[in-house]
Amino acid sequence: MPKIMTAKEAVANIKDGMSVMVGGFMGAGTPESLIDALVEKGARDLVLISNDTCFPGKGNGKLVDAGCLKKVIASHIGTNPVTGRLMTSGELEVTLVPQGTLAEQIRAAGVGLGGILTPTGVGTEVEKNKSVIAINGHQYLLELPIKADIALLKAYKADKAGNLTYRRAARNFNPIMAMAAGLVIAEVEEIVEIGELDPDEIITPGIFVDLLVQRS
Amino acid sequence: MANDNKAIIAKRVARELKDGDVVNLGIGLPTLVANYIPSGIKVWLQSENGLIGMGPAPEEGKEDRDIVDAGGRPVTILPGGACFDSATSFGMIRGGHIDVTVLGALEVDERGNLANWMIPGKLVPGMGGAMDLTVGARRVIVATEHNLKDGSPKIVERCSLPLTAAGEVNLIVTELAVIEVTPEGLLLKEIASNTTVEEVQRRTGARLLFAEKITTMDIEP
Repeated sequence: MPKIMTAKEAVANIKDGMSVMVGGFMGAGTPESLIDALVEKGARDLVLISNDTCFPGKGNGKLVDAGCLKKVIASHIGTNPVTGRLMTSGELEVTLVPQGTLAEQIRAAGVGLGGILTPTGVGTEVEKNKSVIAINGHQYLLELPIKADIALLKAYKADKAGNLTYRRAARNFNPIMAMAAGLVIAEVEEIVEIGELDPDEIITPGIFVDLLVQRS
Repeated sequence: MANDNKAIIAKRVARELKDGDVVNLGIGLPTLVANYIPSGIKVWLQSENGLIGMGPAPEEGKEDRDIVDAGGRPVTILPGGACFDSATSFGMIRGGHIDVTVLGALEVDERGNLANWMIPGKLVPGMGGAMDLTVGARRVIVATEHNLKDGSPKIVERCSLPLTAAGEVNLIVTELAVIEVTPEGLLLKEIASNTTVEEVQRRTGARLLFAEKITTMDIEP
C-alpha cells in the first residue's frame, strides 16, 4: 500500500543528480504541487525526462527557471525560451527524442523489454550512433529503454491502494511513467477509500504507486 | 497578405479530406484546416497528446485545463471522442491508423523529404510528434506558403536542413499551387487563379513536371 504524505515529504526522497520522469503535456496532467515542492527544496542537477518543458513559470518549466536541471530528455522545448537559452549557453544538456519514441522507450523500461524497433527517425539525425535493423525489407532504429530513479505523476483520483484514474487529456505520459521508475509518486485531486473506485475505471493499478500526495 | 495565403492553403487542404478520415493537424497553419472542412464531411481529429474527436476551442470562461490540443491550447471533445495515453496515441500514429496528417514545412523537396523541426544554430524547438506523424500517417500533406519572406523557395531539389523524415510527403499545398510528389518528381496539378505555370516554376526551387491538365485551385466549399 502506498504511503500518503505531503508534497514536501514526498520530494525529500529526490536527491540531487537523480533522474526524474514528470508526467504531463504542456502543463496538462503535470503534478504541480510536487514540482513546486522540488523547486522550494532547491533540487539541483536533476535529469528531467518529460515530453516538453512547458512555458517559463508554468508546469515543469519551473524546474528550468529555478536551475534544478543538468539535463533534459524531451520531444519539444520550443515553447520555453529559457530551455533554449540554457541549451545554447551550454548550461543545460538537452536530448531531443521523437515523441512516440520517447513514449515507447519509457514503456519498454516499464514492461521489461530490451528496446524497441521504430521506423521513426530513419534517414534523419535521430539515426546517428544507433543500430539500423532491417526486417521484412523495412528499416527500423533500435531505441533503448529509458528508466528513471523517480516518476512524478498527476492523476485524477486515487484510492488508498494507489489505484489511479485520469481525467481527459491529462493522462498522456503518466500511465507509462508509472511503470518505469524506481520510486513512483502520484499527485491526485482526491484520495478515496479502497472499494470506491470501479476496477474497470482504473488505468494505473496501485502496485505501481509508492507514494500518494493530495494536490494542494 | 500572409493571413490570406494561410486561409487559401487551409481551405484547399480541407478539400483533400474524406468523410470518416482520421486526421492529425500540426501546430500553426495546419490547425486552420479544421475551420474549413466542407459541409457533409465528418472527420475524426486526433491530437497526439491523447485524444480523438477533438472539437473547437471552448467559449471563453469554459476552458478545462485537462482538455488541450498538442499546442497546449484549450479545446473541446466532441460526442464519441476518446482519451488515451501517449503510447496508445503514437501507436495510432505509427501503426498506420491515421489517414491524413497535415504538417508545416521549413523545406520540402522533390523526393518527398520534409524538414520542419530545426534550423541548426538558430532554432531548435524539437520534433515533438512530427517525425512519428510523417512516418506513420497513411497520407502526408505539407501545407506551407510557397516562399520564405525573402522570396527564396521552400520547395527545393534537396532539403538542406535536418530532415523530419525521408521520402514520406505525398502532397504539397501552397497559396500558389497543388503539387503531388511522385517517383518521377514534383507534379504540378493545380495553380491559383491569380498565377501562371511559369510564375509557379520560377518561385519553386526544383524542376516541376506538368500534369496533362493543370486546373485552377478550387478553394470554394
